[in-house]
Amino acid sequence: MSLLAMQGSVELGIIYAIMALGVFISFRTLNMPDLTVDSSFTLGAAVSAMLCTMGHPLLAIPAAMLAGWLAGNVTALLNTKLKIQPLLAGILVMLGLYSINLRVMFNRANIPLLNQPTVFSSLQGTSLESHAQWLIPLVLLIAVILILYLFLQTRFGLVLRATGDNDQMVRSVGVNTDTTILLGLGLANCLVAFSGALIAQYQSFADVSMGVGMVVIGLASVIIGEVLFGINSLLRRLIAVVLGAILYRFVIAVALHLGMPPTDLKLISAVIVTMALAAPVIKAGLISRRKRHSRRSVHKEG
Amino acid sequence: MLKINGLSKTFGLGSINEKLAVNNVNLTLQAGEFVTVIGGNGAGKSTLLNCIAGVHEPDQGSIFLDSMDITFWPEYKRSQYIGRVFQDPLKGTAFDMTIEQNLAMAYAKGKPLGLQWGVRKADAAMFRDRLARLELGLEDRLKQKVGLLSGGQRQAITLLMATIVEPKLLLLDEHTAALDPSAAKHVLRLTRELVEQYQLCTLMVTHNMKNALEYGTRTIMMHDGSIILDIAGEERREMTVEKLIDLFGRRSGQELDNDRLLLS
Repeated sequence: MSLLAMQGSVELGIIYAIMALGVFISFRTLNMPDLTVDSSFTLGAAVSAMLCTMGHPLLAIPAAMLAGWLAGNVTALLNTKLKIQPLLAGILVMLGLYSINLRVMFNRANIPLLNQPTVFSSLQGTSLESHAQWLIPLVLLIAVILILYLFLQTRFGLVLRATGDNDQMVRSVGVNTDTTILLGLGLANCLVAFSGALIAQYQSFADVSMGVGMVVIGLASVIIGEVLFGINSLLRRLIAVVLGAILYRFVIAVALHLGMPPTDLKLISAVIVTMALAAPVIKAGLISRRKRHSRRSVHKEG
Repeated sequence: MLKINGLSKTFGLGSINEKLAVNNVNLTLQAGEFVTVIGGNGAGKSTLLNCIAGVHEPDQGSIFLDSMDITFWPEYKRSQYIGRVFQDPLKGTAFDMTIEQNLAMAYAKGKPLGLQWGVRKADAAMFRDRLARLELGLEDRLKQKVGLLSGGQRQAITLLMATIVEPKLLLLDEHTAALDPSAAKHVLRLTRELVEQYQLCTLMVTHNMKNALEYGTRTIMMHDGSIILDIAGEERREMTVEKLIDLFGRRSGQELDNDRLLLS
């Protein structure tokens, strides 16, 4: 694999890591598999691309984040106020947002950003120009990790983490879990849209179906990170998610390099996540089988 | 002070499983009163507690805490004034978080929820002090996850969390029923110490008749959703488990058919 392709997959991994951190918030701290991600990623990209074509690449980022935040809020309200299961609430918002995303993109399926100024061109004319593609996402990612690390240790952050652990306990210390879910899913989808906004500008286009399967990629990153890099401390968990995201991109790049058709990507993603989710069961099964096997051999000897 | 007027709660209204769980209950707890609640399965003890805590909305009646009408307050809002310990030791704490983080969340009760640092140094020192009084050696394990602790240790921590901000009312729903006898005894002793220290208005549901008479200042017995016995003072001091069983038979017109209640 060429150095350029490797660098490209690391760059992509860094940007996707922000999305994976959003999935970490909903999946791990709130204990909700939030499918809104698929469409809030696209929403972020769409808002970002539209504002780029209007000449506001910097404004595009916070605008996309706000849009993602609101999308997460809608899912949260469907869940908390209308008592729709989290999975179904996410699916409903995902479906609805598809139409909204098309509207944001003026009913075009994709928006090319060729020759448009983006955040990546903001370093043009400085000595860092040639490094913008990885430097800007890296700086943003580090900022996101630091903010999350601090935030998750604040009074509100603790309660947010406890909501996924034990919502009964959170209510019994006087906190409304509807509020923590509202803000938690807002934050999660804000990060997802942030990532989508950066990807659109990085790739110089937005496509209405670019978010399909994104939640699975996010889950894959979270789980791969946990399995390979541990869950001992909060900071370690956050960094594990990032490394998981980069590693995932890397695996995909290698697979493509070895001749896998790009259309098989989603199948591979699904298989990777299935294996990661099933790992504990398979491991337990193997151990139990080994035990039975060794007992049988003891019987034979005796 | 807690004042309950004409409280009723029916589950599955209109269905074949309709069950009148709490039937026109009137109950007043004075400040500092420690009331133990006994009764067989389905007597309505837990439903009564859950109505007070806000888990169930009552069909009729009112609940006043001090001068506040909390009848229709959401659960989380009442929790600012009510401390609770559940039967299930898993319910009272967040398992994937540390002891000090759990205590910090409980200690933030009634305070604005914002971006203040979660576990402040001064608070951690206070937590250590309070944990030491539990006599379980938890004061040196502040940064350990609660999920690693035993049921008894978790109930002790939940008890501390329920009282770390002095509540107006403490609700204990068979909080020692899932523990082994020695842990149960320890948690009961801690309960008595905390209640006496802060003169907490307390409602404790128990299946153990001996405990019901041994702990607290007043005992009520429930049957079919109603209070059929309410004793305190001299009368309660002279009460024995045998007399209580006898009284139950006469008042309810039934033999006490609950093994768990009899044997314990």
